[in-house]
Amino acid sequence: MKQATREKLMEVVFLICALASVLAVLLICVFLFANGLPAMAEIGLGDFLLGKDWRPTETPPSYGIFPMIVGSLYVTAGSIIVGVPIGILSAVFLAKFCPKGLYRLLKPAVELMAGIPSIVYGFFGMMVLVPFIREHFRRFGVRDGNTILTASILLGIMILPTIIGVSESAIRAVPDSYYEGALALGATHERAVFFAVLPAAKSGILAGVILGIGRAIGETMAVVMIAGNQPRVPNSIFQGVRTMTANIVMEMGYATGLHREALIATGVVLFVFILLINFSFSALKRRMDQ
Amino acid sequence: MRRHPKGINRQSLAERVRAYLRQPLSLLLLLLVAAAAVVTVGALFFILVHILVKGIPYLTPDLFALHYTSENVSMFPAIITTLEMTALSLLIAAPLGIFSAVYLVEYARRGNKLVNIIRMTAETLSGIPSIVYGLFGMLFFVTALRWSFSLLAGACTLAIMILPLIMRTTEEALRSVPDMYREASFGLGAGRLRTVFRIVLPAAVPGILAGIILAIGRIVGETAALIYTAGTVAKIPDGLFSSGRTLALHMYVLSTEGLHTDQAYATAVVLLVTVLLINALSAVVARRLTKA
Repeated sequence: MKQATREKLMEVVFLICALASVLAVLLICVFLFANGLPAMAEIGLGDFLLGKDWRPTETPPSYGIFPMIVGSLYVTAGSIIVGVPIGILSAVFLAKFCPKGLYRLLKPAVELMAGIPSIVYGFFGMMVLVPFIREHFRRFGVRDGNTILTASILLGIMILPTIIGVSESAIRAVPDSYYEGALALGATHERAVFFAVLPAAKSGILAGVILGIGRAIGETMAVVMIAGNQPRVPNSIFQGVRTMTANIVMEMGYATGLHREALIATGVVLFVFILLINFSFSALKRRMDQ
Repeated sequence: MRRHPKGINRQSLAERVRAYLRQPLSLLLLLLVAAAAVVTVGALFFILVHILVKGIPYLTPDLFALHYTSENVSMFPAIITTLEMTALSLLIAAPLGIFSAVYLVEYARRGNKLVNIIRMTAETLSGIPSIVYGLFGMLFFVTALRWSFSLLAGACTLAIMILPLIMRTTEEALRSVPDMYREASFGLGAGRLRTVFRIVLPAAVPGILAGIILAIGRIVGETAALIYTAGTVAKIPDGLFSSGRTLALHMYVLSTEGLHTDQAYATAVVLLVTVLLINALSAVVARRLTKA
């Protein structure tokens, strides 16, 4: 009898622990929305999302985060252009071209890339990429090196391990018979990999790309250090830009009142973006599992 | 070079080159794939070498002085804070994560709706960017619970952040324990609880450990979630409710001030070496898992 109650008790304890993650998500939603939505209502949803002026400390203040939304999208798109081709091709190399001995070195290298803190990437970008862009792109009108291009290159490198990891396992999950069938029909190794195996792995690879997009749009510290952070809609990739994440982290330290709430509301917009990305990721993953 | 004594399919290099010249598309694809791999490894190598070369000369004893001043910009308090932060976050997240995984794997019945919800929320958590965790930590722990900028607020924020990672790795580790173990334990008359603690969990230890080590890596490298929860005070915190900066945060402050670039490089070296060690350790532990 005593043992039975102990069994029951511990089962309840395990269940409560399992509910902790549900509770965490609920708390995050409640606190973000409760603190951010009133500000959106006060500023006006249209003025907040589509307003082109972010002047929180002037009188009268103006709280339009359109430049930041555009900034996040530009930088993310740039990182995808840089990171996705290299990432997918590297994954192909790891899965289908790499000799075993080399693989034992390269796999940990990619894992190490995922483990390097974003602050170190950002610092590297600040000390190496920014001066490089400043020196070599002067004829494009670059005055300081903090540009969309700089941020795109660095973020492109930062999302490589994510894309490589997911794509590689997607490629490995394709049955060998696809590859062998293509070979039997006379395809070369490269043709078999690219035209028989890769198309079969496409939903998994797409899932990896989406995960990479999530990483890039949420990245904060590295972007703050190299993107320039001017809150205006840029009209060239050689201009600086401020992302939503940068907006939060730069001004939260001294913001008060409506300004502070507007920053939290920026977080809400970012959160909604991330939720959409997450949902498309899990939908794709479910399709992959089937 | 590996030799194939009876290698019927073995091609000489010249034969291979000739085959590629007949197939320009294949050659192009091969070159692209190789180039991509070189770029990836090259980027990593460049970053590592650059940081190490620029940072190691500045790893002076001054940088590890017991107390921080604006002249020596010692990272010693930050190292201690990082250790405390790591221990505290794991103390909260590890039991929660491991027990949740136990529930998901050992207790929940198949097709249980609750399990799907828990899985979905864990997946959601793992996709949330750290700045959003930072915002939440500031709103909930710092403001609503009135903990102010403190070690505890930072640790709780990080605990939520690493929870999905520990849950997932533990779940995988538990699932890889063969059902035979459980059946044998039940057959000997052990209850479910005893089976979990005496048989299943010990067998899954390497996998769980590998997950926890990965979580330590994330804690050590985290910045955005800590700025507005743990604060940036540059001394060893007096207690759970006082502020302190971890190593990564210390490095951020140094590099944005712009006055101590060399010391920022040195701090980056310490961070990189830590991450290297953590990754190596995790790989060693995980290899033991696959051997067992």
